[in-house]
Amino acid sequence: MRSAGLAARTETNDGGLDVAAPKAGADGGTSMPDPIHQFDLERLFHLNVFGYDASFTNSSLYMVIVVTTIVGFLLYAMQSGSLVPTRLQSLAEMAYEFVAGMIRDSMGEEGMKFFPLIFTLFMFIFAANMIGLIPGTFTVTSHIIITASLALLVFLTVIIAGFAKNGLGFLKLFVPDGVPIYVLPLVSAIEVISFFSRPISHSLRLFANMLAGHITLKVFAGFIVMLMGAAGAVKLLAPLPLIAVVGITALEFLVAFLQAYVFTMLTCMYLNDALHPGH
Amino acid sequence: MDAASAKLIGAGIAALGIGVAAIGVGNLFGQFLQGALRNPSAADGQFGRLIFGFAVTEALGIFALVIAFLLLFA
Repeated sequence: MRSAGLAARTETNDGGLDVAAPKAGADGGTSMPDPIHQFDLERLFHLNVFGYDASFTNSSLYMVIVVTTIVGFLLYAMQSGSLVPTRLQSLAEMAYEFVAGMIRDSMGEEGMKFFPLIFTLFMFIFAANMIGLIPGTFTVTSHIIITASLALLVFLTVIIAGFAKNGLGFLKLFVPDGVPIYVLPLVSAIEVISFFSRPISHSLRLFANMLAGHITLKVFAGFIVMLMGAAGAVKLLAPLPLIAVVGITALEFLVAFLQAYVFTMLTCMYLNDALHPGH
Repeated sequence: MDAASAKLIGAGIAALGIGVAAIGVGNLFGQFLQGALRNPSAADGQFGRLIFGFAVTEALGIFALVIAFLLLFA
């Protein structure tokens, strides 16, 4: 079912990744351009694995670009490995220290064994958000399947690491200290529900921010085209949404960093629960 | 009422949620400023928490915005 819907949408796609604004110009500039179009998936190479559609899509392509960018940047920046860092090397070291500082603040020194996971998560989300802000590109994190996979990865890591370190003591997470016995069932039920709703809010936050930000950008870009196509003196209002788009783009750069930071920060806090479930 | 107009009205109602998130964000920055003016030397150390709280609060408004967008465009 899903692949049929995908194919139907792919057929209507004329190959451009991001053609919302020119499309509006083509139909006279009176109708609203489609701001959802930028999130369409297109198959680049068709691939069928045991009846499942595992095609290489533009989403996969941008994930490859993101990972190549990160790995290339880190390898190139750390190439010299000198004691007095070059400009690029100090950038790479700043990224390392930023994530390491976050882990030390929330989990202490023993949390550093999760550093590879958390650094990878931060760099992937940050780079994906930033590359997605280049006009015409595809934002990997604007699809909930991507963010949900990342959140589930964190969720399962918390469960596995928690039981591996504390055994059944991990269940103390659901029994807070100092709660009177007669309200304990209620409190435990709330704790369990909040624990299991974590991956939902964790993934939805990143996904929704990226989706809403990019739709807002395209809606305001559409206003420019609509005003340009309008008759008479209304045309003169067209620069106003243009200024708004510049402002929103600046805000989106802030959001792109903040959401990567928040996702990583929450990962640290959840992993801290796995290490110290008592409180 | 046909489905299309119900969708538009629903999107408008969903957008109200953004205003409620705005109360939260305003409260957050107001309280931070109040605390920062009382003890300016401690303010810089709490900037990270401020930004964290902002992002988490703002996300709830964004959820409402996404519902509005989904009703309009999806």
